[in-house]
Order: sequence, then structure tokens, then C-alpha cells
Amino acid sequence: MDQFLQHLVNAVILGGTYALLGIGLTLIFGIMRVVNFTHGELYAFGAYFVYLIAATLGLNFFLGLAVAVIAGVLLGALIEIALLRPMRTTDIDTVMLVMIGAWIVMQNTELLVWGGVAKAITTPFPDAPLVIGPVSISWLRVFVLVVALLLIAGSYVLIHRTKLGKAMRATFQDADTAALMGVHIKGIHTATFAIGSGLAAAAGALLGPVFLVTPTMGDLASLKAFAIVILGGLGNITGATIGGFILALVEELGAGYVSSGYRDAMGFLIIIVVLLFKPTGLFARAERVG
Amino acid sequence: MKRVLPAVWLVVLFTVPLWLQDQYILHILITTGIFIIAAMSLNLLLGYTGQLSLGHVAFFGIGAYASALTTLGFEVELFGGFRVKHEPWPAIVGFFIGMVIAGMSGYAIGRLSFKVRGAYFVIVTISFAEVTRLVALNWVELTQGPLALTNIPPFTLGFPGLGSYTLWSKTAYYYFVGVVGLVAYLVISRLVASRIGRAMIALKENESLASSVGIDVTRYLVLAAVVSAAIAGGAGSLYAHYLKIIDPDIFLFIYTVTMVIMVITGGKGTLAGPIVGGLIFGFLPVIVRSFAAPAVQWILYGGLMILIVFVLPQGIVPAAERWLWNWTFKGRPVGVIWAGGSKPGDGK
Amino acid sequence: MTTPNAAASEVVLSIAHVAVHFGGLVAIADLNFTVRDGEIVGLIGPNGAGKTTAFNVFTGFLKPTAGEVRYRGTLLNGLKPHEIASLGLVRTFQRTSIFQNNSVFENVLIGLHRQGRSTLWDTLLALPRQRATERELADNAHEILHFVGLERRSAELAGALPYGEQRLLGIALALAARPSMLLLDEPVSGMNASESAKVMKLVESIRASGVTILLVEHDMPMVMQVSDRVVVLNYGRIIAEGPPAAIQRNPDVIRAYLGERKKRA
Repeated sequence: MDQFLQHLVNAVILGGTYALLGIGLTLIFGIMRVVNFTHGELYAFGAYFVYLIAATLGLNFFLGLAVAVIAGVLLGALIEIALLRPMRTTDIDTVMLVMIGAWIVMQNTELLVWGGVAKAITTPFPDAPLVIGPVSISWLRVFVLVVALLLIAGSYVLIHRTKLGKAMRATFQDADTAALMGVHIKGIHTATFAIGSGLAAAAGALLGPVFLVTPTMGDLASLKAFAIVILGGLGNITGATIGGFILALVEELGAGYVSSGYRDAMGFLIIIVVLLFKPTGLFARAERVG
Repeated sequence: MKRVLPAVWLVVLFTVPLWLQDQYILHILITTGIFIIAAMSLNLLLGYTGQLSLGHVAFFGIGAYASALTTLGFEVELFGGFRVKHEPWPAIVGFFIGMVIAGMSGYAIGRLSFKVRGAYFVIVTISFAEVTRLVALNWVELTQGPLALTNIPPFTLGFPGLGSYTLWSKTAYYYFVGVVGLVAYLVISRLVASRIGRAMIALKENESLASSVGIDVTRYLVLAAVVSAAIAGGAGSLYAHYLKIIDPDIFLFIYTVTMVIMVITGGKGTLAGPIVGGLIFGFLPVIVRSFAAPAVQWILYGGLMILIVFVLPQGIVPAAERWLWNWTFKGRPVGVIWAGGSKPGDGK
Repeated sequence: MTTPNAAASEVVLSIAHVAVHFGGLVAIADLNFTVRDGEIVGLIGPNGAGKTTAFNVFTGFLKPTAGEVRYRGTLLNGLKPHEIASLGLVRTFQRTSIFQNNSVFENVLIGLHRQGRSTLWDTLLALPRQRATERELADNAHEILHFVGLERRSAELAGALPYGEQRLLGIALALAARPSMLLLDEPVSGMNASESAKVMKLVESIRASGVTILLVEHDMPMVMQVSDRVVVLNYGRIIAEGPPAAIQRNPDVIRAYLGERKKRA
């Protein structure tokens, strides 16, 4: 039972960051219908950026986090403007190829700059974990959970309470009509991609210190993000949030009780199984942003 | 002109081992040839039938493993303590078994695509390949996991009574891959120019319209997937018996990416596309390797990919064809869709 | 224009109590009518009356919430579009009615799909039967193109044709599938008078060759001139049915079209 509780707690913490990954991608995938292969790279970028600021430059860790997220937003905007906008009218598989090209370039740039050896990021948190009954959590992880929840809440506010969010929702439902209503679609696409990328970078920035930072960390993140989006339904951030937690739970329990080797397969199995039985995602009714 | 060019190519390719001294280049030719076969099969599914399959390496790897395991023999325990033992069979049998098993997984994917389309299908196919990789990695009893399957024997060809010939040398292998490649090309080109091929192209263009004239969309999707997977599986088998060792890395997404690059930059939906794309991206590493570190190489490929796609979105072959044969079909890439003899518009 | 003896010819398409509900929205309330062999029936009604929905139901693209559709006695409910096409009931589309990236000739060849008989092995081994069938199909394709008047456009890219000719190609495509009944979805929409006249003549030739026709249209003069019988749909149900002249005088129909006798809806 104690083991189970520990797994549960780990899952909740992991789930929070997974949710960020998922929300970011569901917005991009939902509003722009782009199979975003660079999502995982933004995740890795977030982690490397924190490493750059906190470890290499020795500056404040929290500053590093904040700057990493902002940098992620900017990088996302750059990718959208340089690569996606010109490709608006081409086939979906050609756009996919461009995204794959960007992914290859980004990952290998990281490899070139930082090498393939895993990097660790030291944080200002005490090493001794917080112990509540049978469960122990490191302070870093508590922090990660808090920030993740804040960002998730922030996403909700953005989508539901701001003008930008309204424009994004409108674009998701019917881009043509939204354009007729005066929504600047090109701008919305850039904003969506930037925000989604920023969330991915945030997830990476938060998990980087928890695990290690490697150039390939983005690959699994990308695929898990897709699993979460499929679980939760396209464009559905509630679904993505819940999906993130579900995936984390399945992974933790699977790794704990079945086999840790297949841990990462859980995400893919979920994808295949869900799409087999419910192609529109678990939260089928909600094919909408919000 | 159109008939002469391929014939010239064939002759040139045929004579290569006679004058090529560099064994390393020959090796590259062989592996590139194998990947071109896989790329051609992907083109059938991606280019002609319009299915965004990004898990193609799964078929390649399944063919490789199935062939290797058939040839090496194995013994595993399944659920319920049920032991299965298989004695080694001749390599050439492994080749066909590899194709069959890959074809069967193609069937599964084909049926799946009926329920799931577009971008979702992409994700499913990627996931399928990843799951296959993880199974190959973790089911150590069957696949030796990361320790790899080694000592895979080469093909032995022969007819009873006429003696046999084992493909030990690179030259022999080169011709074997060449023959398989030629057969694969003929199969695909015939298929594409037939009524079946027309149905595939129709369903890529407009599914509703296709079904409204009586084309069973699911059936042709599945057919395309099965044929495509089987050919890819054959290529995988060639790979396994050539390298004589395979490990779960064969299922890495990066190999699918390589095949996709070959198809799309070469020109999806054209017969020559995967070949041109394959030659370019097969030999690029050779040229680049001498002056750039691996990471830099990949940055170059990624950049080149993006560049080609921006400048020539249809791919290299259609652009070249448009340039050379603009007057024939008003700029449309020459996709051979009809094999009856006289050309359309000849007035019979 | 000869009207077949309606009472004597058999019922080819029968729609019985068909209803289509999209959640709370009632697209079709209760549809009942029949089409007899050799007729040309026009289906008209104001926008949103449910005409395209009806077509989608008849050809298997949409499952009705209730009711039965029968073609020559065979129940169509639950059948897939390609199965219905194989029975002889073929439709055209108003938008995206052709394969844009193929030539005109290839379009018709695709439509001839059901006529081909070669199997996978015939194809791969390039057996003589395959070549013979392909030649036959090519001949058929040329015939059909000649019938609709597009023969000289054979080699051109379908997407490059002027709009009117694209719609003609759409009809040729449907004809290639050898229908015994043809459902035409707004065959003259967006066309000028001479293009419409061409299509009208074509529709009559098609009927003369033994194909029953049901068409949906907004162009009143065209429908009234070409149809034997007109069925008027409004709010998902039939409000009038009869010969064109009677329909044009029918007060319910006039009211449905906003109290004005319009030439174009």
C-alpha cells in the first residue's frame, strides 16, 4: 500500500508536467492541425536553457526557469514564422517533413553544443525530502508540481478569459468564419505555436533538474505528448490535463508493477488502444478548445 | 527517350562491380539499394495511396527479425508455460517468411487506418514502430534484446540438382539486391498503372468520390498496406542477411525518417522519386562524412531536407520532368496510370 | 421529351419514412416518395430544406435516424457507398466532383473501375487478359467522353478545365460506373444559359439510354423543363409532388419560396 501511495504521488507530480506538454500540443495540433515534431525539442530546449543559465552561467535557478519559458515562446514564434507560415498551402505530409527537418536540426545542434553526455542541474532546494507518512517527495518535486499547476491554471485563464483565447477558440472551430469576424488568423497561429512551445519548454525546464538533460530527451516527450492529446481529444485542454495525469499514472504503475522496461511503451499502447476503440479520444464530446 | 534512359541506367548499374574497386563504396551501394527498395514500398503507401504512414521501419524491422529468426531458429516460452521451438531453416525461406509476416502486420495497419485518419494515423503508425522496437528490446528470450541477433547466415540460392551458390561476396550480394530491387520496381510500376493502382490514386485524391463510383476504399487501403509492408519486409530481410547482425536499433524512428526523406524529396507518387531521393540521401553521408562530425552531418541533412521541400515541394523528379517534358502533359508529373498501349489523347 | 407510362413502370427507388436528426436539429422530418423506372424526377426546395442530406442518405454517406431506402427492392440501409454504387445507384457531387490532379481521360478510367475484372495476379504478371481489359476500358472511356462532349479534352488536366466542363466530367465519371439510376446533385449550379442547355440535353440523352434520373436543383426553368415529375421539399418533408406545370401553380410551393414566383431560388 505504501508503495502504491508513493507511485501515486510520483504520478501526480509527473502528471502535472505531462499535462503542460499535452496542453501545449493540443493547442497547436488542434488549432493549426500540424503534426508538431518539434514539440519534444522545445521540451529539451527548455531543459538545456535552464542548464545554460543556472549551471554554465551560474545565475539564479528561478531566473533560469523563467527565461527558459520565455525563450521557448520566442523560439516557437520563430519556427512558426520561418517554417510554417510559408508552408500554409502545401500538403500535410510535406509540412510534416519540414517539421521533421527542424527536429533533426534542433536536436543535433544541442548535441553539437552540449555533447551527448547527460547533464545534471543543481537546484537551490534542500536535498532532504519532505516526508508525509509513508511517502517521501523531494522539495524540488513539490516545487515542480506547484509551478505546473500554476501554469495549467494560467492556460485555462488564457483560453477562457482573454481575448486572445477567444480568438484561438474561434479559429479552432472554424477558421474561415473567424477570419471573416476579423480574427487575424496568421497572428493566432503564431501565438498558438509560441504558447504551445512555451509550455513544452516549461515542462522541460521543470523536469530537467528532476531527471537528467540529454539531447534525445525530447523524442519520448514528443510521443507522450501525442498520446496525451489523443487521450484527451484534439484542442481540449481539460482532456489534455486529465490525459497527462492518466499517462503518468499508467506509466508509474506499469513501471512499478509490470516491468520498467516497458514503461515508455505505455504511452504508445494507450495511443493505439484508444484510437482503435474511440478515434476521437476519451473525451469525445469535447472536440473544442477549452 | 523515356524507354532508353532506364535501360541505360540498368546497364550502368549492372556493370558497376566490374570496375568499382572501392569495397566501401560497393557496401554503400548495397545498403542504399536496400533502403531504396524500402523507400519504393513506402512510396506506394504514402505517395500513391496517400496514407501518412510514419512507422514504415516497423515493417522493415519485422521482416529483418522474422527472416533472421527463421534462419537461426529460436526457442521461447509463451504465456501459460507453452514452449515453442523452431529449428533453423534455409535463409532464402527466411526471406519469404519475412515478407509474409511483414505483410501481415501491414494488414493490421491497413485495417487500423480505416478507423483512424490523417494526422492521427501518423501518430498510430509511429507508436506501432516504437512498440515493436520496445518489444524487440525487451523480449530478450526471442530477440536477444540489445545483444543483437548475430551470425545470421547469408542467402544460399540453388535448385535441387543444379547445385547451390552462397552469397558470401559483396559483388554477389550487390547483384542479388539489384535483382530484388528490379522485381520490386516492376511489381510496383505494374500495380500503379493498373485498375488497382487507379483505385489507390483515386482514394488518395478524394475518398467520397472514389466510393461513389464503386471503389471499396478499405479494401484498396489494406491492399496497398499489405503489398507495401511485404516489400519493406523483404528489404529488411536483405539487410539482416547482408549485415549478418541486427539489433532493436533497426526500429529507430530515424530510419523511417530516412525513408520518408528519400520519398518526399525524390518525389512522392512517382516511380523514379524514391530512387533519386535514395541515391542522394544514401550517398550524402559518404561525401559529408569526411569533413563533418555526425551531429553536423545531421544538421546538414535536416537543413537540406527543409530546403528541398521549400524550393521543390513536389520533389526533384516531378520538377525535373516538368522541365524536360513540359510540352507532353502540360506540366503534370508523368504518373503512369494506364497500361493499355496507346496514349490517351491519341484519338485511339 | 417522352413521359413513360408512370403507372406501368416499376418503382426503382423507394424512400419510406426517412428521417435524419442531428442531435436536436431535424434535417429531414419524414420523407416518403418513389421514383419509377425511366423517369426524370426533380427534387427542389428552398435552401436548407434537406435536399443534399437526402442525397447523402440515399447513397450511403449518411445513416438515417429512421426509415428505409430501397433500390429495386434491395434495402440500402447500412450499406456502404461503394456497395450502393455497385447496385447501380450512382451520384454526382456538387463540389469536388472530379479528380483534379488527373487527366480527363484518367478520371473516366477511374470511374470505370467496376467494369474491370483483373485481379492482383493478372496485374503483376501482366497477363494478356489484363492488357485486353485495359484496352476495352480505354475504348469505353473514349465512348463516354464522346457522349458527354469532352472527347477533345481527353489529355488535359481535369483541374484545369473551365467550371462547366468540370461538371460535365463529373457526370461522365458517374456514367462510367454504369448506373441504372443517376442522382445528380445540382448539375447546373453556377452555369450560364448555354452551359445549362448542354447539360439538359445530356440529361435527356442519359434517360433515353435507359437510366432513371433524380436530380436536385435550384435552377427552376431547367428543372421544370427537364423533369417528368417534381417533388418539393421544405423543412425536411414533402410539401408537393406532381408534374412541373402543377407545381409551378401550387400555392404551398409559392409560399415556401417566400411568396414570390422566382426563376432562381
